[in-house]
This record gives sequence, structure tokens and C-alpha cells, in this order.
Amino acid sequence: MTSAVVIKPEKPWQASPRQRLNSALVFLSAIATSYLTVALTPMKGKLAYAFAFFVAFTAFDFTLNLISRGFSVAKDAIARAVVVAGISVAIFPIISIVATVFIRGYRGIHLGLFTHDMALNSVTDPINQGGLLHALTGTAILVLVALVISVPLGILTAIYMTEIRGRFTKPIKFLVQAMSGVPSIVAGLFILSAVVYPITKGYSGLVGSLALSILMIPTVARTSEEVLLLIPNELREAGVALGGTHWRTVAMVVVPAAKSGLITAMILGVARIAGETAPILLLTGGGDKVNGNPFHGPMGSLPFYIWKSYAVGTPESITRAWAAILVLLVIVLVLFVSARLLSERRSGK
Amino acid sequence: MSQTLVSETEGGFPVKREITTKPRFSDRVFRGVVSTGALSSLLVLGLIFFFLAFQGYSVLRSQGIHFITSSTWQVVQDNAGNTDLKATKFGIAAMLIGTLLCALIAIIVAVPISVLSALFLNFYSPPFLKKIMVAVVDLMAAFPSILFGLWGFFVLMPTAEYWAKLLHHFLGFIPVFKVEPPIFTRSPFVAGLVLAVMIIPIITSVSREVFSQTPLDRIQAAYALGATRWSMIRAVVLPYGRSGIVGGAMLGLGRAMGETVAVYTVLNVVYQVNWHVLLGAGGNVASMILLKFGEAGPQEIKALMAAGLVLFLMTLLVNLGADLVVRRSGGKGR
Repeated sequence: MTSAVVIKPEKPWQASPRQRLNSALVFLSAIATSYLTVALTPMKGKLAYAFAFFVAFTAFDFTLNLISRGFSVAKDAIARAVVVAGISVAIFPIISIVATVFIRGYRGIHLGLFTHDMALNSVTDPINQGGLLHALTGTAILVLVALVISVPLGILTAIYMTEIRGRFTKPIKFLVQAMSGVPSIVAGLFILSAVVYPITKGYSGLVGSLALSILMIPTVARTSEEVLLLIPNELREAGVALGGTHWRTVAMVVVPAAKSGLITAMILGVARIAGETAPILLLTGGGDKVNGNPFHGPMGSLPFYIWKSYAVGTPESITRAWAAILVLLVIVLVLFVSARLLSERRSGK
Repeated sequence: MSQTLVSETEGGFPVKREITTKPRFSDRVFRGVVSTGALSSLLVLGLIFFFLAFQGYSVLRSQGIHFITSSTWQVVQDNAGNTDLKATKFGIAAMLIGTLLCALIAIIVAVPISVLSALFLNFYSPPFLKKIMVAVVDLMAAFPSILFGLWGFFVLMPTAEYWAKLLHHFLGFIPVFKVEPPIFTRSPFVAGLVLAVMIIPIITSVSREVFSQTPLDRIQAAYALGATRWSMIRAVVLPYGRSGIVGGAMLGLGRAMGETVAVYTVLNVVYQVNWHVLLGAGGNVASMILLKFGEAGPQEIKALMAAGLVLFLMTLLVNLGADLVVRRSGGKGR
């Protein structure tokens, strides 16, 4: 009487074995067709395989769905194939870029890279001589100075947009947007005309950092704004209800709650400017020696070094350029991943 | 009620407190500091305009409208080595055309790919894949432009040259695709492709954001009426997100117009009007500034500042348009 009858649940939305067999057949025959196309027609190369596969797969899938389920489902199948092709085309360059940088760059990597500068070497020397020390310290100093300038301004802008919400919130939102669209070379020209020609009359790290700050402020402001908007309003209300003034509520409640997010904003800002080239080329002068003084003298940096080595154009110098790009890419990757992890931990809580 | 909560009493009765909405001193300081900080963006943009206009004024004044309509750029020096202001001509029309050409190619290539990617991320992708893909696309937006430039030069160029030859072979009868003399390397076409790769992440993330705001009830209503995924997208998502796509495309256009290093690396910067997208010559305003800056005399530097001003105003205008369009997003749909 009580013998348990296990009822097998029906799942009509799941593909039946027959349907699975059919789609596997479509897949396999599309692969076969693409091989045949490349073998029999003058089209050559990996792209020809991909293209032929895409066309064949779409056609077969369309036919199968047309026969079994009708025209509108067949159209849906085409759309799905096209959409997947779209994301593949979008993702392909990044894979290619990262792979190229690692494959071409690792040949130029050696330990001396981090202990020597190029004061006694030229970029056409054998690869195991000289190093990136001047570029690394230069980039670090440029980024640090830019950080000191732009983080307070960026975060103040974000606080204005989310906490004060004054009359100018909308215009400032637009201005920040407009500022993020300022071409980097224009930022360079601006510092050139406003600071270098009238005041300093020479290259230095500081003027480079000023130009970089112009590019960094909008990134910091926008990311911080997004983070501050995520802070629940109850926290602010609680702060005010406990008798805190506006200032104390923001400083003691809102900003600490958003701390990791604000750090993420800083990191993303640094990632944005670490590889910025155009203003660096105009402003910093790019020395080959370690220069720890941002206020005086030309300062080397990774982008400048890459540019210089690339422009010389001998095999050694181009390998050097790729090695420096590899270092730069690793820095950007580390910054980006740490920003991700930070914001992940925040949303996990 | 043995104890009074209000300490100030007068003859046993509590004194009325003065109720005010006037902020305290600390709050006023706080507001002042934050507002000043927030105005920095206005200040910077204003200063950029002021200084570039200040430096470029004399050139703009002497060249007038020819600065943007003519395409001769020659510095004439008299016998003493001074710049002859009368005969010197600065006109950036060739580079303006180049800027628009490269940016247009980039937009034409990037918008369909980005919209499809955004659709995939929102409506097709399994959740775990979506998370990875979103991170990868965002990462790509953070890549420095010199990286794209070198990749474009060493990796994309050979392939793109082959595509350019295919285009020329099959569509050569269209004037835009004419190549004479047959130089296929370092053409605006290749530069446009590199720019497209650079702006795909921007357009993708803007469209993804707009698509994800599509009201769920409309999506489910479409499914309930028996729509397939594609007909749902066509009837609900695309009409709703149309202005977001346009706004994202304009943001990408702004980025593509102002790009310097990547274009300079890939494109053969030649000072001439070139409408033929596959021919290896051209340039854009930003790369011209970088090219001419090295050996420019004082007068030429002023002309470059003026060119920078034109570029700045162009990108500002495009960004303004993008902002207006995106803010209007959220259309009706069918």
C-alpha cells in the first residue's frame, strides 16, 4: 500500500535524445563542410574555416528547424547563430592581443629588466643589456602624483553628485561625461599651453602627471558615483536620525561603507592612465636614467620607452618594446583583477 | 514623570527651542569644499578651451574659415629665417576628413558587433559565461591604446591587407574602394579596424546596460504571446534600447575621433585629402598633431594648438549629443 512509487518528472523543455542527435549531426556536418570548402575552393587560412563553418552551421540549423518546427523557430535559429558569431568576433581580438603580447614579449624578459636603466645602453643593444628600471620608477611616480591630484577631486565630485545633490548635479554629471571624452592629446596640448610654455618652460614628470590627472578625474568620479549610489539610503537616514550633521553622516557612515568601492575607483583610474601615451610623449621628455624628482628633468616611463623602442625599428628594439608592453599589460591586468576582487567582496557581503 | 527631558527650564516650564533649518558651520564648510571640488570639471574644461583658444587665436584669426576648409599646410620662411605670416598657410581640412573617415569605418564595423555582443550577454549567455565575458570586455576597455596600435601594426595589418585586397577585387568599381597606386598597407581601412576593436567594449557596455533595463513584464508578455527569443528581441528589446545604441555609438565615435597613438602607429600619416579607404595614406587631427609637433616652430605650434581646439570642440559636441540621446533612452517598444 505504501510502496513508494517514484514518479519520473516530465521535462518537456529538455531536448529529447533525438533532438540532441540532430543538433550534433548539424554541428559535425558543418565542420565537415568547412573542411571541404577550404580544401576545394581557393579560400585559405583559419578565417576561411571559421567563415565556412559559420555559414554551413547556420544553413543546416535553419533547415533542420524549418522542417521540424516551422519558419519562425528557424529564424530564431539564424538569429542565435549570428549573435554567437558577434560575441566571438568581439572576444577574438582580446585573445589575440594577450596571446601576441605574451608570445612576443617573453623573449625580452630577463631579471636585469628590473634592476637596470637605459642610461648606458641604447635600445638597439642586445636584449640582455639595460632594463626598464627608469621606465618603471617613472611610471610609478607619474601615476602617484596624478593619484594625489585626481583622487580627492574625483571623490569630491562624486560626493557632490550623490550626497549634496545640489542645483548643479545634472550639469556636473554632464561635464564629467564630457571630460572623460577629452582626447588625451588635447589634455597634453592644454598642459603644454597652460603650464609648460608660460611657467615651467621644460619637461618634467609633474606636468605629465597634470595631464594624466585630467584623464583620471572622470574615471574616478564616475566609478565613485556608482559606488556611492549603491549605499542604501537607510544608512544615511540612520546617521541623520542619530543626530549626526550632514558632514558627519557622510564622513563617518557613507564613505566608510563605500570604502572598498572607492579603492576600486582609484585602481580603475590608475589602470586608465598607466599606459596613456600621447600626453607623455608631449610633456615628459622621456629620459633614459632613473629620475626620482618629479619637479625637474625629463622622466622616462613605460609608454615612452615602448614608443621609442618601436620607432627605432630594429629587431632588438622591437623585442624590447614587446617586453615593455608585457610588463605594462601585466600591471594593468593585476590592477584590474584586484579591482574586480574588491568589488566582488563588497557585493558578496 | 519624575525627571524632565529638557534641561533648560524657566519657572518650571521648558523654554521653546528655536527650530531652524540653517546648516551648522561644519556643514557649510563641508558643502563649500565639496562643491568647489565638484566644480573642478567645469574649471578644467573651461581652462582647456581658454588656453587652446588663447594660443591658437592668432592663427585662427589670420587663417579665418580657411583653417577648417582648406588643406594646405605650409610654413613659409623669408630669407632671414623668420616665418612669413602672409604666405604661411594652415588648413586642416584633409585631416578633418581623415578623422571622420577613420571614425566612420570604426563605427560601421563596431556597432553591429557590439550590439550582437550585448544581446548575447543579456539574453543568450549562461550566467557563468556572462560573468567572465563582461569582465573580459571591461578589461579590454582598460587596455592602453599603444597596445592596440602595436597589435594592429604587427598582427592585424597582414590579415587586414588581405581583406582590403578582397574588397578591392570584388567592390573595386565603387569609387571609395579604388586604390591607385596599389598600396594596401597602413590605410584608413586598417586604422578604422583598430579603432573598431578599441570602441567595441565601450559600445557593448553601454548597450548592455540599456538592454538590461528593458522592463521584464514586456519581455514576459512577449514570451507569453508565443514569441521566439528573436522575435521578442525585435519587438521589445531593440525598440526600447534604440537610443541607448545610438548614444553608445556616439560615445565610441568621440573616442575614435580623438585617438592618437593607435592611429599614428597603424596609419601612414600623409598630409593629403584621401577618400579612398583602402589606399595607404591619410591621417587624423590627433596623429597630425603628434607628427608635426616634433619639428614645429613657434608659429606652427600655435597652429597645432588651434587644431587641438577644433578637435576638443568636435569631441565635446559628439559627447553632448551622446549624453542627450542616452538620457532620452527607454522608448516605448511595440
